[in-house]
Amino acid sequence: MASHLGGLNGAPVVRVDSLVRRFGPRTILDGLSLDIEKGEFVALLGRSGSGKSTLLRALADLDDKVSGSGRLETPDKKSVVFQDARLLPWKRVLENVVLGLERPDAAERGRVALEEVGLSGRENAWPVELSGGEQQRVALARSLVRDPELLLADEPFGSLDALTRLRMHDLLRQLCARHQPAVLLVTHDVDEAVTLADRVLVLDHGAIAADIVIDVPTPREHGDRRFGEIRSKLLRHLGVETSVLPV
Amino acid sequence: MNAFSNTAAVAPGIPYTSDERGLLPPAAKPRRTGTRRRLTLGRSIPFGALIGPALLLVVWSVGSIAGVIDPRTLPAPWSVVETAIDLIAEGKLQDHLQTSAWRAAQGLVFGVLIGTTLALISGLSRLGEAIIDGPVQIKRAIPTLALIPLLMLWFGIGEGMKVTTIALAVLIPIYIQTHSSLRSIDSRYVELARTLRMGYGEFIRHVILPGALPGFFLGLRFAVTYAWLSLVVVEQVNATSGIGYMIDLARNYGQTDIIIVGLVVYALLGLVCDGIVRFFQERSLSWRRTLAD
Repeated sequence: MASHLGGLNGAPVVRVDSLVRRFGPRTILDGLSLDIEKGEFVALLGRSGSGKSTLLRALADLDDKVSGSGRLETPDKKSVVFQDARLLPWKRVLENVVLGLERPDAAERGRVALEEVGLSGRENAWPVELSGGEQQRVALARSLVRDPELLLADEPFGSLDALTRLRMHDLLRQLCARHQPAVLLVTHDVDEAVTLADRVLVLDHGAIAADIVIDVPTPREHGDRRFGEIRSKLLRHLGVETSVLPV
Repeated sequence: MNAFSNTAAVAPGIPYTSDERGLLPPAAKPRRTGTRRRLTLGRSIPFGALIGPALLLVVWSVGSIAGVIDPRTLPAPWSVVETAIDLIAEGKLQDHLQTSAWRAAQGLVFGVLIGTTLALISGLSRLGEAIIDGPVQIKRAIPTLALIPLLMLWFGIGEGMKVTTIALAVLIPIYIQTHSSLRSIDSRYVELARTLRMGYGEFIRHVILPGALPGFFLGLRFAVTYAWLSLVVVEQVNATSGIGYMIDLARNYGQTDIIIVGLVVYALLGLVCDGIVRFFQERSLSWRRTLAD
């Protein structure tokens, strides 16, 4: 595990082969296979209980108490952004960003990362002094300061209000364009998935039910006809019947 | 709004009939905010902590002047002050105080060190918990004072026995609070530490120790009180110096005023120590936002 095969043309950063994960009698992931290319932005949709988080936790090496089988290859350099910002409340913002980062220029890199997410000047604030969106931006900075080859995000904008969420989408897109990590974004927001991702997967009963490449040019407008078609298609896979909205 | 639509329905076209002068729409009821109970505590009262004790002092003084309080039961505040001045002039109070403070400090330091170490060992490993937690809980169930006869046989009646008794009393709250605070650190932070690939040392330093700090401080506040409490007992059981001894001696001669001086000194010591702990507590836990803020 955790051996990165990058360097060769198009060698995937993540390789998942016949992954099975069980909680007691319930099989959550049922022989799931998936490759993620270098720098590819993949969104993972699925209903509650479809196994989205289980897959993400498997990729993040956070599932050592779960029984299962299968092959899993992920890079060593990977970061996780959780739904909650998960900042240590007793560490100031900058300390949170460089937490566990053992390099002489950690503080400097932390400052640069905070600047990238638009929070320079807040280095010495306590996490409780920040808004929800700001906290999540600190969490993004904490992930990016580690130069990840793989960024795992588990509904990172789920607890933010709609406006903040739109702003975070822009920010995430910019950051990914600059740092080029492969991204697996778990979400249940279809619009978010179509707006951000190169490829959207729909997970159903522990297997991939749909794998759709988003061929809409960026920046993507919700009113775009192709956007609407993909959106409807994804919703159908998720068990929601809609008519294509008139443009 | 309701009144408006009702009247409008009755007399369409004349919207403001509900107002007697026909000029204004019916005003909304002013919101009553004055009587509503706020959920915060409001602004803190300056020197609020002193109001209660000051009231007690007033009652005591008035009672003494009015002759309601027999001076043999409780001498007037001013005669207690006079006695205190005499004791200080003779140098007795300082000597006793120094002895007592030194005992309490030693007991406190040993107790806090041992309690914290035990809490960390027991909190961070299953084996440590299996070995340490049981005995500490047993010790907790035995009143410290009940151990004094045994401790006297083991350590004699010297300073060793007194410091040991205090340390044994002190380590319990430190252990209990630090251990419980450490064990209740959110598992989400543990998960975070794993995804950040923190080493065990870093994990202890950045997550465990700061996370257990609120519990440690709570334990410390109890510990300081317990230290003085045990001090009183050990000094009255068997001592030839210290505030407790001074009080015990005064009892033999029926000197109520000296007893009161001793009690006031104990109270002041307790309050000052608690204040010191709270000062450090607030400084170290400034990252928290609580109801008190």
